Amino acid sequence: AGPVENKSEAAMSELVPEPRQKPVVPMKPMGINASLLGYIGIDTIIEQMRKKTMKTGFDFNIMVVGQSGLGKSTLVNTLFKSQVSRKSSGWNREEKIPKTVEIKAIGHVIEEGGVKMKLTVIDTPGFGDQINNENCWEPIEKYINEQYEKFLKEEVNIARKKRIPDTRVHCCLYFISPTGHSLRPLDLEFMKHLSKVVNIIPVIAKADTMTLEEKTEFKQRVRKELEVNGIEFYPQKEFDEDLEDKTENDKIRQESMPFAVVGSDKEYQVNGKRVLGRKTPWGIIEVENLSHCEFALLRDFVIRTHLQDLKEVTHNIHYETYRAKRLNDNGGLPPMTVETEENHESNL
Amino acid sequence: SPFQNEEKRNLSLGGHVGFDSLPDQLVSKSVTQGFSFNILCVGETGIGKSTLMNTLFNTTFETEEASHYESTVRLRPRTYDLQESNVHLKLTIVDAVGFGDQINKDEYRPIVEYIDTQFENYLQEELKIRRSLFNYHDTRIHVCLYFITPTGHSLKSLDLVTMKKLDSKVNIIPIIAKADTISKSELHKFKIKIMSELVSNGVQIYQFPTDDEAVAEINSVMNAHLPFAVIGSTEEVKVGNKLVRARQYPWGVVQVENESHCDFVKLREMLIRVNMEDLREQTHTRHYELYRRCKLEEMGFKDTDPDSQPFSLQETYETKRKEFLGELQRKEEEMRQMFVNKVKETEAELKEKERELHEKFEHLKRIHQEEKRKVEEKRRELEDEMNAFNRRKVAVETLQSQSLQATSQQPLKKDKDKKNRSVVTANQPGVSLSSSKVMITKANVEPLNCTSWWQAIQCCSCLVKSATWREGFL
Repeated sequence: AGPVENKSEAAMSELVPEPRQKPVVPMKPMGINASLLGYIGIDTIIEQMRKKTMKTGFDFNIMVVGQSGLGKSTLVNTLFKSQVSRKSSGWNREEKIPKTVEIKAIGHVIEEGGVKMKLTVIDTPGFGDQINNENCWEPIEKYINEQYEKFLKEEVNIARKKRIPDTRVHCCLYFISPTGHSLRPLDLEFMKHLSKVVNIIPVIAKADTMTLEEKTEFKQRVRKELEVNGIEFYPQKEFDEDLEDKTENDKIRQESMPFAVVGSDKEYQVNGKRVLGRKTPWGIIEVENLSHCEFALLRDFVIRTHLQDLKEVTHNIHYETYRAKRLNDNGGLPPMTVETEENHESNL
Repeated sequence: SPFQNEEKRNLSLGGHVGFDSLPDQLVSKSVTQGFSFNILCVGETGIGKSTLMNTLFNTTFETEEASHYESTVRLRPRTYDLQESNVHLKLTIVDAVGFGDQINKDEYRPIVEYIDTQFENYLQEELKIRRSLFNYHDTRIHVCLYFITPTGHSLKSLDLVTMKKLDSKVNIIPIIAKADTISKSELHKFKIKIMSELVSNGVQIYQFPTDDEAVAEINSVMNAHLPFAVIGSTEEVKVGNKLVRARQYPWGVVQVENESHCDFVKLREMLIRVNMEDLREQTHTRHYELYRRCKLEEMGFKDTDPDSQPFSLQETYETKRKEFLGELQRKEEEMRQMFVNKVKETEAELKEKERELHEKFEHLKRIHQEEKRKVEEKRRELEDEMNAFNRRKVAVETLQSQSLQATSQQPLKKDKDKKNRSVVTANQPGVSLSSSKVMITKANVEPLNCTSWWQAIQCCSCLVKSATWREGFL
């Protein structure tokens, strides 16, 4: 297990870049710009900016979509190492599978290293569970657009809030069932529609049901199918900013994704260490062990390196697209916005 | 209902998640994009604005000395790309040239206009349907350094009026320039006087923020030192065994970076090393928002009740847009009408000119025909003469040949030739007469067949020049 762990760590650093180092404030000029005769202190703006952002805190909204039983809640809890999502199975056995797709958003405030984050997990129970799943992505698309609408409303106010609350979905984890064959029509339909409005990160759930070869094959097949169907998942090729981004992202798109993950919130003792894992008669599957599954890759990708980028793509691209479309339509406002608010009140 | 209400709970984490790298992620994005910082310098000509900028940024920004004879205050922005470690700064220094030199003291207006224009440009970008705010070059003024003349007494009315007009639009940091011309005690009194005048006139200058514990202390200390008394110098003087930036006087050396000599270091510390980001933020969240709000209200937008906000904005926006498009159409129509009228006018003018020219052409044609007739007459006379001459010649020759026939035969041949030739010569006028008739007829006909008078004139000229019947004369 020792050498295995080292290899996994090495593999981890290979595939996922280290988060960039905190810049050190130099006391002497670096001599880069010949015309600057001495140290001015322009680079202190980095520290100033960092302090300010730490003070204001961050919002992050992550949505999970997939059929029941694929381990969505467990995965999100594993990602954030806390009970951010209530499991649909478990002790709430009275909860039936809903008849339509429901959208449940639950927010928590978590803190780490002085950084405060308001994390909202948006669950979509009922997705893909019906007999007739036609258009079951519609409520989800509607929800996403409603958040854009909310933000837009705030943005066009005359007297605006200093900080507009951000409820827009920054990231949508789509759970693929590990059939080992191919994507289902529902998967393709969902991702085709939604990849245009939100960042979709496909993950292969319950990856512990596949062997390494099956996993590799399945991933290849899924990637191929996504490409053939023109589905641009995050990180989208067209938003690569420079060559550095492109090479980094190409590697992720063509080799790592979709991440084959296993989730767990239980800890077990393995080689004297406490690890998150799943206990089976044939062994303990270590969630954060890269040779067992790609959870660590997903976590590093989503949280440690691309979290800010997910938000920026949502803000600068998806939101802007929505806004442009809204402003172009001649007052063609979706009537449901008004109606749901009324319904909401009447249902109470 | 489709979704539940949000519940905000504080959760503790069971291990290291890793989102503490978030500030780094955010900052590194900004570093890649680069930063903008825009400084406006307002102060009398010659008060040392350029020197101070050079001193602050340790470089020589190329500037010519400003003249005192500007006819109006004009704003002169200059942008420079600076880099320190991995930070790229797009620094814009805006000079209010001619400030303090005008006789009519309405000098704040161009400055206010300039500041408003930068806000307006940003607002325009923000209101666009397809916009790109994230790589927009921000030209909004982040700080205004107001240079106070070191009289030692009080603020001038120009200063008060100007600062009052600017304080709701930009972060103002007042500075006492050329501080080495005042003694320390005078300076202290001067500072107090200035601050009390600012307060009593309700001028809101920029306060270094004291809400963040990390910088609260230093900022509140600095707030008490305002306005900063500075001197600028890019010359270096040897003091002890170091070369420092200073001004050398016979009685001593005033060192720029010596805090007991002036507040330069404080200014640099506050402006760049501690509050640069706050200045940018205040500009965006306070001054710009105020401008935006006023502008939108002016344009007729209002926030009504929460439920119909975007609707009313949307509707008003739509109405305004329709109005604007209508206005645009009207203007287009106006312009088109104007253009049509102009075309008609010009057409009429041209027709008039055409008529005139046609008249002229007719006139010239008549003259030309007259001339031609005269020439014809003369030619006929000449022909008649020639014919008469030839007849006489023939008569004489006949007589001659008759008398010569009696003598020899050979000369007969010659005479015959002569006769033939003379016969030929005699015939020529006949030939040329008939051909010239053709030519005349031709000359009479052709010009009239030309489609334009210009062509006609040219035809006539050609005919006159190259007419074959001319050879009859030769």
